[in-house]
Amino acid sequence: MLEVKDLNVHFGVIHAIKGISFEVNEGEIVCLIGANGAGKTTTLRSVSGLKKPTSGTITLEGADITSTTPQNRVSRGLSQVPEGRRVFPEMTVQENLDLGAFQHRRISQEDLDEVFGRFPILAERRRQLAGTLSGGEQQMLAMGRALMARPKVLLLDEPSMGLAPLLVQEIFDIIVRINEAGTTVLLVEQNANIALQIATRAYVMETGSIVLAGDAKELAQTDEVKRAYLGG
Amino acid sequence: MTEFLQQAINALSLGSIYALIALGYTMVYGIIKLINFAHGEIYMIGAFVGYWTMSVFHLGVFEAILAAMIVCTVLGVLIERVAYRPLRRSTRLASLITAIGMSLLLQYTMMYFVGADPRAYPALPDYMNASFSLGGVVVKSQQLVIIGISVLLMILLQFVVKTTKMGKAMRAVSQDPEAAQLMGISVDRTISFTFAIGSALAGAAGVLVGIYYNSINPLMGIMPGLKAFVAAVFGGIGIIPGALIGAFVIGGAETAVSALGYSLFRDGVVFAILIAILIVKPTGLLGKNVREKV
Repeated sequence: MLEVKDLNVHFGVIHAIKGISFEVNEGEIVCLIGANGAGKTTTLRSVSGLKKPTSGTITLEGADITSTTPQNRVSRGLSQVPEGRRVFPEMTVQENLDLGAFQHRRISQEDLDEVFGRFPILAERRRQLAGTLSGGEQQMLAMGRALMARPKVLLLDEPSMGLAPLLVQEIFDIIVRINEAGTTVLLVEQNANIALQIATRAYVMETGSIVLAGDAKELAQTDEVKRAYLGG
Repeated sequence: MTEFLQQAINALSLGSIYALIALGYTMVYGIIKLINFAHGEIYMIGAFVGYWTMSVFHLGVFEAILAAMIVCTVLGVLIERVAYRPLRRSTRLASLITAIGMSLLLQYTMMYFVGADPRAYPALPDYMNASFSLGGVVVKSQQLVIIGISVLLMILLQFVVKTTKMGKAMRAVSQDPEAAQLMGISVDRTISFTFAIGSALAGAAGVLVGIYYNSINPLMGIMPGLKAFVAAVFGGIGIIPGALIGAFVIGGAETAVSALGYSLFRDGVVFAILIAILIVKPTGLLGKNVREKV
């Protein structure tokens, strides 16, 4: 469904992503794990079009999208929940959700009901400014906003960041349910433990390269991953 | 009391004109953090377009306002396209200097074509020159037209920004351009749209000033442009209601100083207000302290 080949990304002279390749098949939850600064977020930003790669190709459903704009990728079915949620703080919850559906001619009540079904707290807070929500609520809003675009592939960047463990569990349960409803998920996460629990497959990144890849459950059992990322 | 009401009407007329210009400054700043110094010139060109519409084509005041708004919309979008967009990724100082250059270019291009001499605005129809007395307060019908049109445009703007899709896109881009892109919003198109709206308002203001002061010239944009800028800063630049408050404060202060017999200090007072606000509350009346993002 989504395929990244030989991706290279530079920040000035710094070679941040060094020729990585990976793929996400329809219906999967694929996760990129790795330490801070490994290049996970940069990879995701290249996929969504916010960062221009130096070379390499990104294809979505067989179409080369490497040089398309972020807007174009949204219309093709890629929707990103950015790191740090990035909700529009001076707008209401409702307006944030409306913006998620920006490319649709009209805001479908069905989509809205679905989002409120998944995140009932958002329905309660719909007239409240997004900036006044708690961290967990903002994460839910950012996810709901991305779902309003009816994505085929949902890109999630560090959904656990800054959240209490109980809330992290809740968010990840919701990710699984979104996936079961038919949305493919590409997840970037520092919290390898929980990410490997829900992922189908995983890639381990280290300083701009993919060093390990495979079935998530099997990866969780390997010594390297246990030692480096699972605190075992 | 009568005198006070009389001056209040004058302040309202002047304030509404400043408000129309200040809105353009503040919206553009809100979205690309650029002080568009060429904005005063767009307003000047609006005044000339209105002048030609009335004197050459013999059309009425409202047609003149409409024509000025249309021409200024195109001009504003064009200026952004050729002068500011190529500099989107360079330093803010580069865009600022370009804006000043653009302002001078427009001033002197106009001067080349129309000459430096002030021209009187075409005679207004009788109903615009009528004045009537309300308990001793003399109200000119042109003042009512100025206030009425300004208020109408502000309500329209409020409607566009609050409820339409492009209005929401404008607010989204001004709050977080990158997140806006992830919604599928085209930042470039949203910026063009912002310039279009701001310039249309400035165009309308140009014609209203022509009517009010009955004199236009290619350098007429400088002072009102600067004062509208002060109004925007006073209210908190980037904040739409702030620009409105600022404009009426500036209009009020100017009128009050003139009424008290110190009309020589009219301009001085405005800039004294700017200095005062920058010392006391640099973010402006409605501005919030924002933490620098890292």
